[in-house]
Amino acid sequence: MLYILQQYWWLIVSLLGSILVFLMFVQGGQTLLFGTATKEDEKTLLVNALGHKWELTFTTLVTFGGAMFASFPLYYSTSFGGAYWLWMSILFLFVIQAVSYEYRSKAGNLLGKRTYETFLFLNGTFGTILLGVAVGTFFSGASFVMDKSSIADTFRPTISYWTNGWHGLEAITVPFNLLMGIVVYLAARTLGLMYVMLQIDSDSLKSKCNSQIKVTGPAFVLGFVALLLALFTMTGYHVNPENGLISAVRYKYFFNMTELIWPFVMLISGVVLVLAGIGNTIFAKGKYSFYLTGAGVVFAVWSLLICAAFNDTAFFVSTVDKQYSLTLQNSSSSEFTLKTMAWASLMIPFVFGYIVYVWRAMTKVKMSNEDLSKPDAHKY
Amino acid sequence: MILASIVDLSRLQFALTAMYHWIFVPLTLGLGFIIAIMETYYVRTGNEFWKRTAKFWMNIFAVNFAIGVATGIILEFQFGTNWSNYSWFVGDIFGAPLAIEGILAFFLESTFFAVMFFGWNKVSKNAHLISTWLVAIGTNLSALWILVANAWMQYPVGMQFNPETARNEMVDFWAVALSPVATNKFIHTTTNGYVLAAVFVIGVSAWYLLKKREEEFARKSIKIAAVFGLISLIVLIWSGDGSATHVAKKQPMKLAAMEGLYKSHPGTSIIAVGILNPGKKIEDLTTNPLKYENEKPYLFHISIPQGLSLLVNRKTDTFVPGIEDILKGGYIYTDKNGNEKTAPPIEERMEKGRLAIEGLANYRKASKAGDEEGKATAYTQLMENFDHFGYGYIKNPTDVVPNVPLTFYSFHIMVILGGYFLLFFMLTIYMERKSMIARHKWYQWLAIASIPLVYICSQAGWVVAEVGRQPWTIQDLLPVGAAASAVNPGSVRTTLVMFFVLFTILLIAELGILFKVIKKGPGA
Repeated sequence: MLYILQQYWWLIVSLLGSILVFLMFVQGGQTLLFGTATKEDEKTLLVNALGHKWELTFTTLVTFGGAMFASFPLYYSTSFGGAYWLWMSILFLFVIQAVSYEYRSKAGNLLGKRTYETFLFLNGTFGTILLGVAVGTFFSGASFVMDKSSIADTFRPTISYWTNGWHGLEAITVPFNLLMGIVVYLAARTLGLMYVMLQIDSDSLKSKCNSQIKVTGPAFVLGFVALLLALFTMTGYHVNPENGLISAVRYKYFFNMTELIWPFVMLISGVVLVLAGIGNTIFAKGKYSFYLTGAGVVFAVWSLLICAAFNDTAFFVSTVDKQYSLTLQNSSSSEFTLKTMAWASLMIPFVFGYIVYVWRAMTKVKMSNEDLSKPDAHKY
Repeated sequence: MILASIVDLSRLQFALTAMYHWIFVPLTLGLGFIIAIMETYYVRTGNEFWKRTAKFWMNIFAVNFAIGVATGIILEFQFGTNWSNYSWFVGDIFGAPLAIEGILAFFLESTFFAVMFFGWNKVSKNAHLISTWLVAIGTNLSALWILVANAWMQYPVGMQFNPETARNEMVDFWAVALSPVATNKFIHTTTNGYVLAAVFVIGVSAWYLLKKREEEFARKSIKIAAVFGLISLIVLIWSGDGSATHVAKKQPMKLAAMEGLYKSHPGTSIIAVGILNPGKKIEDLTTNPLKYENEKPYLFHISIPQGLSLLVNRKTDTFVPGIEDILKGGYIYTDKNGNEKTAPPIEERMEKGRLAIEGLANYRKASKAGDEEGKATAYTQLMENFDHFGYGYIKNPTDVVPNVPLTFYSFHIMVILGGYFLLFFMLTIYMERKSMIARHKWYQWLAIASIPLVYICSQAGWVVAEVGRQPWTIQDLLPVGAAASAVNPGSVRTTLVMFFVLFTILLIAELGILFKVIKKGPGA
């Protein structure tokens, strides 16, 4: 039962992670504040269209963190406590985002409109890249020591700690992590461009986004292909389910895909949907591109995250000693807790249902300057 | 133990974030309901005045909400970044409420927030009203689960220690979720938010009266807020009494610090007002006992005889232990199972704690070696002493004493201001009923001055709760020194400064925006 619950919660956490990547179209849209939305009214339209959704992305990030803490507390403890600067940098970038929508155009905001727009731009650019880098460590590992017996050492009771003083910043220098970061950034920007075209009633902005997507979309696809090549040719780490011993396996992630099949089917479906979405934008009117690409991103990211831990794979590898690595078995919460949370997770379809209802109600009509000048408008 | 500086810096950083977070959260907890009541009036009467009034307070809500969200995410992540051992040692219990909070409350709040602010022309009146209520409910539900987790830290129940995984594991979810400390804490904290929001609304409205603007808006806002505030405050005081009773039974050292009570006797007095003697230091109990004995605990105090005994035990002649009594033990107390026992001295608890930790170490060694007999012996040693586990990390008995002046003054400031707000709400309702509120400038100034006071009162409450339970992250099981991450102090110092600067700038920005919004008024 515990084994099933561990797999179930990895599926849920991975799903949240993949939905988060999709919802980072908000961040992608924020990167358009400089260079694309050049006129003041374009910026206002852009910020307001994204502003209706930023909280959903933010909440998904918070819930992703909470679910990870609840299901795999040893990962939370090891990665957050060790890669201190990586996570703190991500946090700062999200804190400055959280206030920027509401404060941007308000009188008395101290820092001025331009500063808050810069905050949004920084969040959109570096927030996505750094989150991608953090996800990259699921595959590339990190330099930590983990020993649960340390809790009985009253002089140094910390059960996991980093072995270098960079505290997570070194992850940025790992090419695979950086590639993951860039791909996440490109995915967010592609989706952001599509969202703007879907939701904003502005010919000038639409035309600029249309020409940009011809570069960003293919760049995202190429980056993703490069990422898959790197992933499928790298060495992963197998956990012996009998004794928990961890050993290196060449092409582990490729074998995970081929041995499990269904993540591979999800990956292929995701890629097809992403290609259809981008193709639909470039070669046709692109009415459903945003949703097609979004669904594709969710499937593709979900399949990769599943691949990181399923099929007896260590999902957070210690480069100090492989036996310190985290697996679904040694890092999860207890059976009772996972089961309790599984009951709570039955509410997810209901939550999803009202989110879809509200999403549809709020996006029925494209956003225009006229909307924003209505007396009831809450303008960012 | 980890270097004290890391622990102190991590504590300071968490306290800073929590205190900033708590500047913004209580207002949203209460204002959400006040807005929902106003919008209900609008939907029921069709009177545009109520829509305008609700929308004005919504603007204030939105500015405040954004920065509350920003500071909230840092708190969640700091459990991992700065308290990594804690995250593993109790993550099995603490994480579950946090995840449920995310699934059930955060999405409710954030999804309907969009409708509340942007949906006036996109959904029907009733759908909008429901959204506004859902945001208010979602905001309060968010508070529920984090308070359940916090209550568990003060009174750990519903769990069992598993030496195989070296952590506490949940065995009874309902014992955690519905523990008396959790339910009481939830009621006390949310009603605190309602009172704060009510005083805020009254204070801002009084400013309009002072400026002779928006009289109808101001008086109707005051009327709703005062009634809402008074009802909330009565519940707040009732739950405060419950809170003190729980503290007396489950965290006696905290209560002793709240009262500055060093040595007690049957029929213990309660301090109504007092100034502590800075010369009275608990460390002197062992290093300079003569000085300790000669120093009086208070420079000045007014006490109510037998008041503390009556408050916590409902009997005037009972014994409530002081700091020294708890350190030395020997008094009779009632344990978790309702049995009367003699309290052991802290040194004995430290010894038992060390035995528990040694038992855990031996268990894990035996487990690795496949020594079943050794495992069984070690397990018995661990479990027999587990209630004292955290004391095994404590080096000196006096380390279990929290900062007495900070706890004492915070508690008394909170109580005195609580009493003041009771009078304030009654006065407000009386003056409003007699239509005096718009005429008396002294009242208007009083209402405006009450805004900072209610924030001080609210912050003081959390200082009592959190400083008073030191040195524990988990009462009796895990001290802060064993809970922190092994990050270098320089990193934590840097992020502490960064957070301080960032939060302060954002707070100034927030206040700047709020002042402008208020100055413009609901007619803008």
